[in-house]
Amino acid sequence: MIRVQREDIDVGAALESLAAGNHRIGGVASFVGLVRDIGGADRVSALTLEHYSGMTEKKLAEIETEAHRRWPLDAVLIIHRYGRLEPGDRIVLVATASSHRDAALAACHFLIDWLKTDAPFWKSEETPAGERWVEARAEDEVAIKRWKLRP
Amino acid sequence: MKLLYFAWLRARIGCAEEEVELPPRVRDVAGLLDWLRSRGGGYAEALRDLSIVRVAVNQDYVGSEHPLREGDEVAIFPPVTGG
Repeated sequence: MIRVQREDIDVGAALESLAAGNHRIGGVASFVGLVRDIGGADRVSALTLEHYSGMTEKKLAEIETEAHRRWPLDAVLIIHRYGRLEPGDRIVLVATASSHRDAALAACHFLIDWLKTDAPFWKSEETPAGERWVEARAEDEVAIKRWKLRP
Repeated sequence: MKLLYFAWLRARIGCAEEEVELPPRVRDVAGLLDWLRSRGGGYAEALRDLSIVRVAVNQDYVGSEHPLREGDEVAIFPPVTGG
């Protein structure tokens, strides 16, 4: 399941509903991304996330399908927020449910790595020096390569 | 053709979207970026370094050789920073 929303994420409720009623599920893995108060050397007082409405939902649905193709998963949940967020706020929740932990943990890791390099979101930070766009990190490009997604 | 711009590309170009009539010689993404740059001003500034420009056609990532057709939705943006 995919959700792109401005509202906060209720992690407890989301994880509970992911496994509800399916007793074949042996474990739920999750990753929660939070807004940091530091960007480079500067203090960050807020972050604004912009996204490409339409393409975001399309790409998230494709990668959800890809995760199901790679691992025996019972459920996948990706909730990504947009709009203005402050340090400590939740940005994203990725959760995967499976009979066994290996599939759930690996798929969760794959999905968050993918979100960093391929989901069409952009962050802009508010700092004492003014507002600036966050630059993509080379480490994220390295991280996604381990999943051999691209030819 | 509908063009969409995001993040600092939108800020430098000065609009989020526009309808354009492509000259017949523009046939692919590389041609489109060249043509936009030739408009000068914010376009030239935003598209100066194409190593930090990504393009999606009809909401799929494409390379510079991807052909363009009338009615395509073309989005131009910096490397993404979500998650």
